Amino acid sequence: MTSRIGVVLFPGSNCEQDALEAFAGLGAEAEVLWHGDATVNGVDAVVVPGGFAHGDYLRPGAIARFSPVMSAVQEFAAEGGPVVGICNGFQVLTEAGLLPGALQKNRGLKFICAMVDVRVESSRSILTSEATVGSVLRIPINHFEGNYTCAPETLAELQSDDRIVLRYVDNPNGSVDDIAGICSAGRNVVGLMPHPERASDPLLGSADGLGLLSSVLQAASVGV
Amino acid sequence: MCEHGGMIFSVHVDVQLRPGIADPQGSTIERSLPTLGFEGVVGVRVGKSIRFTIEAPDEATARQHVGDLCDRFLTNPVIEDSTVELSVVEAASA
Repeated sequence: MTSRIGVVLFPGSNCEQDALEAFAGLGAEAEVLWHGDATVNGVDAVVVPGGFAHGDYLRPGAIARFSPVMSAVQEFAAEGGPVVGICNGFQVLTEAGLLPGALQKNRGLKFICAMVDVRVESSRSILTSEATVGSVLRIPINHFEGNYTCAPETLAELQSDDRIVLRYVDNPNGSVDDIAGICSAGRNVVGLMPHPERASDPLLGSADGLGLLSSVLQAASVGV
Repeated sequence: MCEHGGMIFSVHVDVQLRPGIADPQGSTIERSLPTLGFEGVVGVRVGKSIRFTIEAPDEATARQHVGDLCDRFLTNPVIEDSTVELSVVEAASA
């Protein structure tokens, strides 16, 4: 059966079409989940895409986390459903408490839009199950608040529980421990700053994101 | 007069990034000051100033509600601290 992927659309999201197209290209049925509807429409996996949800007012993700759809996403995640937050989506998931820590402003003073190398650190997550630990992927980043930070005890927990799934090879933004992506204790919620959906075709400069997206599809096909 | 016979408080929440959290706005301002002729200004930090009024039966309750609001929404405790100033603008009606 074809897996159904739901991509959340907030006012100010701007990567939802890229995500829809990338997943459709992998054979999934990809659909939009409207932020004002308190349901995930029975999809098999949820993607919270990049952009500037609610204008990033107050803080990135601070207002989006109170959207009706997020209560449904919380329930879906609590039941073990695969949830991926990309860039602004990662910020939304940390604000919602689905992932620990926070994304602060980049070290240095710049918004960074660049192709970077990230290393797969763990294959024990719904985003990296089909990736090889130690492999290096070329995936673009595009953010101002991508500098991951958390309390020392949280970092120790992430490290000891193998929950850091992606690290930057050459840290572009000051993230603690070079973190580019982490997963929840249940390993079904993943947040990452790089944009795998923008590295989904050689024409885009890299297709290295496909292995991550197909991992999500794999998790989706297993079902909740 | 308040609808429920409560009091109205004027609230000012000052949100600041916690020490050690990157503040590009503050750094940029600080670095630009010498070019304008302002020497010796250091430690510039840019925060947010949020003002509103709240109705509550008494000051303790108002402070509790504002504290809750700060923790759950106005600040992200991982990276921000807040201080609250609160004053009565309209006392309980007789």
